[in-house]
Amino acid sequence: MAMKKYLPVFVMIACIIIFQVAVSAMNREFYLTQLTMAAYYSLVILGLTVLMGYAGQISMGHAAFFAMGGYTTAVLTTRNLMEVKDSAIIDLARSLGLTIVEKNAYGNEIQHLSPWAALAAAVILTAVIAFLIGIPILKLKGHYLAMATLGFGIIVYRIVLGSRIFGEADGISDIPSFRIAGSLAVSGDPALRVQNFYIASFLVIVGVILLMNMIDSRVGRALRSIHGSEEAANAMGVDTARYKLFIFVLSAVFACVAGVFLTHFNGGIGPSEADVMKSVSYVAIVAVGGMANLWGALIMGVVLNYLSLRGYFGSYDEFVFGSILIVIMLFFPEGLLKMENARSLVRAAMRIKNKIGAGKKDELS
Amino acid sequence: MSLEQLLQYVLSGITNGSIYAIVAIGFNIIYNTTGIINFAQGEFLMLGGMTAISLSAFMPLPLAILAAVVITSFVGALIDFLFIRRLKSPSVLNMIIVTVGLSIMIREIALHVWDEKVRSLPYFSGNEISSINLMGAYISPQVLWVLGVCSVIVVFLGLFFKFTLTGRSMRACASNLTAARLCGINTRNMVTISFMLSAAIGALAGCVISPITQTQYDSGTSLAIKGFTVAILGGLGNSTGAIIGGIIIGLLEAFSISVLPLAYKDAIAIAILLVILFVKPSGLLGTKEAAELKEF
Amino acid sequence: MSYLEIKNMCRAFGGLKAVDEVSFNVEKNVIKAVIGPNGAGKTTLFNLIAGSLEPDSGEASIGGFSIQNLPPYRIAKQGISRTFQNIKLFSHMTVLENVMIGRHIRSHAGLIQAMLHLPHSRREEREIRERSMELLDMMGIGNLAGQEATSLAFGKQRIVEIARALATEPSILLLDEPAAGLNIYETAQISDMIMKIREKGITILVIEHDMSLVMNISDEIVVLSSGKKIAEGMPADIQRNEEVIRVYLGEDDA
Repeated sequence: MAMKKYLPVFVMIACIIIFQVAVSAMNREFYLTQLTMAAYYSLVILGLTVLMGYAGQISMGHAAFFAMGGYTTAVLTTRNLMEVKDSAIIDLARSLGLTIVEKNAYGNEIQHLSPWAALAAAVILTAVIAFLIGIPILKLKGHYLAMATLGFGIIVYRIVLGSRIFGEADGISDIPSFRIAGSLAVSGDPALRVQNFYIASFLVIVGVILLMNMIDSRVGRALRSIHGSEEAANAMGVDTARYKLFIFVLSAVFACVAGVFLTHFNGGIGPSEADVMKSVSYVAIVAVGGMANLWGALIMGVVLNYLSLRGYFGSYDEFVFGSILIVIMLFFPEGLLKMENARSLVRAAMRIKNKIGAGKKDELS
Repeated sequence: MSLEQLLQYVLSGITNGSIYAIVAIGFNIIYNTTGIINFAQGEFLMLGGMTAISLSAFMPLPLAILAAVVITSFVGALIDFLFIRRLKSPSVLNMIIVTVGLSIMIREIALHVWDEKVRSLPYFSGNEISSINLMGAYISPQVLWVLGVCSVIVVFLGLFFKFTLTGRSMRACASNLTAARLCGINTRNMVTISFMLSAAIGALAGCVISPITQTQYDSGTSLAIKGFTVAILGGLGNSTGAIIGGIIIGLLEAFSISVLPLAYKDAIAIAILLVILFVKPSGLLGTKEAAELKEF
Repeated sequence: MSYLEIKNMCRAFGGLKAVDEVSFNVEKNVIKAVIGPNGAGKTTLFNLIAGSLEPDSGEASIGGFSIQNLPPYRIAKQGISRTFQNIKLFSHMTVLENVMIGRHIRSHAGLIQAMLHLPHSRREEREIRERSMELLDMMGIGNLAGQEATSLAFGKQRIVEIARALATEPSILLLDEPAAGLNIYETAQISDMIMKIREKGITILVIEHDMSLVMNISDEIVVLSSGKKIAEGMPADIQRNEEVIRVYLGEDDA
């Protein structure tokens, strides 16, 4: 039973390894760069899938949480603490070993906050903000919830775009690499492509296992019951307000962690990461993946983000995501990756084939 | 703040506010017949403005505007035929996602048709430097055009909903869709008409505001959010509320510029939106119980 | 002392007094029916007891413990469980999963345990599954466990809803028109089922329009009309009560 449940995970791990080996053997490791980025984005998708697909709460502002993670680590790890004297907090951070001393390009010594400390700060900050705005926001439903989360996303975007500390339209660059252990580091250095691909894959696997377990549990069932009927769930003793808040914060933290890692991987972050369009594309991917379907969302998250990052959609990128939303909602409201859909597609294809066949016969006779 | 300055702010607030009110009324018309919040409402203004700008190269301005309004209302009808009709018993989530998708598609098509350049219609009378002195405040004649056209739209809609059979049928749909259908009203056609009407008044508002605020492929989005704020503030579905709400938001925004940096101007309306949603989602003129009955 | 006490319950919608100064008691382990014409305020009364509506005034208590102003999920924890007039099963979930939700308040696994799939939570999960399955078997719908709940026939859905309510191990069960829309055969089944549930020591408050069912199963009856309580007593007394007859048959016929 347990083995069967984890079978997709093993398949996924095998795919990751096979892909990496093949790509390295063909000397095409540059493919891994966008795939690593796509993997981080799918971490956001996974969190959003649980919130939207399972608990039934839409969020059109998830890019804001990603940006919170990315910008927090960007701000905290790019400050040169050597210049800061006489600060009790920074002295404390130094004595706790939360700072790192490195030489910059000019050979001068600089000291900055450890990415580990920044990660912790980002997660705490995001969780607190998600919690505080979640309390009033999650009382809303449907259109109101969509607009409120959209509004929240726009405010974060405006703040990022309008604040000197966040680099305004330029964003923040020259972000140091995130040394995890020994020579293992999250960094955009081409020499570290393979290990970075594995770091990102590892995070996604951990994320998917945690969420899989959760969905299959008392907590996950409670979340799904909220989607089914909030009133009945409440009457059966499920504290719906608390569970909604729970899952909102959790999915925000997923986005935040993705933001932190991707920012270190890219070595920079810009305001486009907080853009509303980004949030909408996350929603689109969750919808294509089948809403309440972790694996569908994961596959679609990796594929669509990869294609988008490789520039396959060109200047039609946003158009593609917009049309995906419409096509899915009109023709596959249950998502694309559902067996019934595959079957009905086959049936439709057969019908068309038969029709063409019949048409030809008519012409002949 | 001198009296003249005060008047200046008030006038600019009312000007923008009346445009927001028209957007909000556009939301309301579609919401009342379908229960859908059309996230692409702002795009109607952009489309109207852009089309009129392009057409004004070939024909006199009034004709270009008229053509733009007609074309945009056909786009509205097309949206209903191609997409809204095909939604079978949609959940609220589905409706949101479809109209969000539409808004993105229209915007992107506009980007490829008209590129990123900021354009604007010429001033309807006079030019950008001509102004009218009103008790010490200098206003552009276009402001009067905006206020005049918005008032005409409101009066027209009022008469339309009150005295024409189609208008009355639409009101019947709004209060009870099933009952309206049983009375022999073709509710499907009413939905089409509501999309056309909503697109038409959006396009007209988009034309009349274009000389002042200018038009770009993505200028619909922020108008939509402000219009939505206004619609919520006035009570969703309530058009008198939309006018009051529009003026309130317009004034607040105008005065906020004198206190806050310009970069945060757009954030003001959204902050107000969040506050209303958290405190009184039924809006100024909506009742709590009515709001609870509706499926959000 | 009575088990469930309802004192001076009032609730108005706009100008309409849906429930007006209603008081009555329910003794432990009895079946009490609430009857009355349409619009008498029966379902509103249920919503007030279960906490999904807040009363304007008045109070409800279980075993002397006030459940006033508690949210529905806390009231569920106090031992009141319910079904809905217009069935509210969880869509996209199987029959078994629906019933398993009922075990929510009888289990504890939190987010962390659930995510890490710890042995304790695995054991608990197995227990939840077994208990829910037992319940389904007891109600005679064990064979439907794997089906999507909202795709079942109407009558079966009602039974699933009752099973879900029972899974919370309530001391009081509120049934809102359990026989509405059922045929004679199914109604008889439901009637047996209600008797069986009472034998397990559960107090039952039931709203029902089917008079033969009401007269058959209930120990006591409360009659509401236009929000007011107009009679209370044994089924035989209620059948003879002139005011009740007038309300049900209209003034002229009485």
